[in-house]
Amino acid sequence: MLRSLVRLRSHFGNAHALSKVCPRSQHARYSTALADRRKFYQDVSISQGDGGIYEINLDRRKLKTPGGKLFTVPNEALAIAVATEWDAQRDTLKFYTMHLTTLCNTALDNPTQRNEDQMIGAALKFLETDTVCYRVDEPHALVELQKNEWDPVLHWIENRYNVTIGSSSNILGPEIPNATKDTFRQHLNSYNFWSLTGLEYVITQLKSVVLSMAMIDRHLNVEQAVLLSRLEEEYQIQSWGNVEWAHDYDMYELRARTAAGALFVHLSSESSTIKRKLLQD
Amino acid sequence: MATLSSSPLRACRGILKELRAIQGPSYNKSLAYNYVMDQFRKNKASSRGCVTAVTGERYCRAQQEAHHASHTYLCLLASTRNHQALHNYYHGKGDRSLAQAASMVGLRLPTQPGGKGWEK
Repeated sequence: MLRSLVRLRSHFGNAHALSKVCPRSQHARYSTALADRRKFYQDVSISQGDGGIYEINLDRRKLKTPGGKLFTVPNEALAIAVATEWDAQRDTLKFYTMHLTTLCNTALDNPTQRNEDQMIGAALKFLETDTVCYRVDEPHALVELQKNEWDPVLHWIENRYNVTIGSSSNILGPEIPNATKDTFRQHLNSYNFWSLTGLEYVITQLKSVVLSMAMIDRHLNVEQAVLLSRLEEEYQIQSWGNVEWAHDYDMYELRARTAAGALFVHLSSESSTIKRKLLQD
Repeated sequence: MATLSSSPLRACRGILKELRAIQGPSYNKSLAYNYVMDQFRKNKASSRGCVTAVTGERYCRAQQEAHHASHTYLCLLASTRNHQALHNYYHGKGDRSLAQAASMVGLRLPTQPGGKGWEK
């Protein structure tokens, strides 16, 4: 079903627009001063600091967060990915493409001063307005599509966590029982602060706790999660045609951000010890 | 569980292609290249243990995790590249020149053959 959606989309031509659309500045959460920096370095490298943390070096200088702190990451993989982002810049620094750097900056600086309980509470609150639980009544094709695509994910997460989350088509949304919230709260408590930052980011991007959890638990990959999140848009695109400078643009941006968030969560929550087992005996 | 719709080899090749697009011909000396190749080699080696050993289950899960992570990273690199390309193509042109603005409504700038007289 998902595949037929994508195939049908490719049949429609792209509508090119003549009007100019203002370039968006995605990144400027707290760094308007760096709006149009030129690339001021040649080489990017990583170095290990005390306590097993990794730092990024741009030429000879150490990278700092917008808040002025030293930029440190807890594992090598994330450091290399961030270094690759900085290395990918040409001429000017385009911060809106450096999603992992942005996430690390948020986790390090914590500009809104959130603690873990607040983040967990926010995520659970989002569950009440989860995209996957909000259904339409008409048009009929969209109702069917939502049922066929979203119900399996909903059932999967209900089985996986042993909870009940309904779906509803009225304006108030589903009633989430407290037991469900407690189960999720318990599960989310096992995530560290960095992982929760990433998770909150993914939830905000996908507009769905269910899809985020399904992707973090590796039940869905990024493309599938983004497709399910944009299900109604894809349905409209199927009816009315695709507009490359809006639909594809948004889709790629959503994919990039979601992938960055997912990678951030995975890398922040795995431990970096390598245990070797003697298998070939 | 998400089906392994494309093999790890495809993810590996995809990531390397993206790295080459980012870094140019010297991409095989970069940090990311070395790390990615290390990870793929490590996970490939452990897959042989899956088939025979009783405790291969844990390696299988690590392999699935690495597989998912590699696809996620590939998605990240490809989508940022596509997003940037679309941005540059549609939204990155900046102000139009006078000639371009005129041609949008089908007009051309006036020319005077022979110059206006006050040019060099």
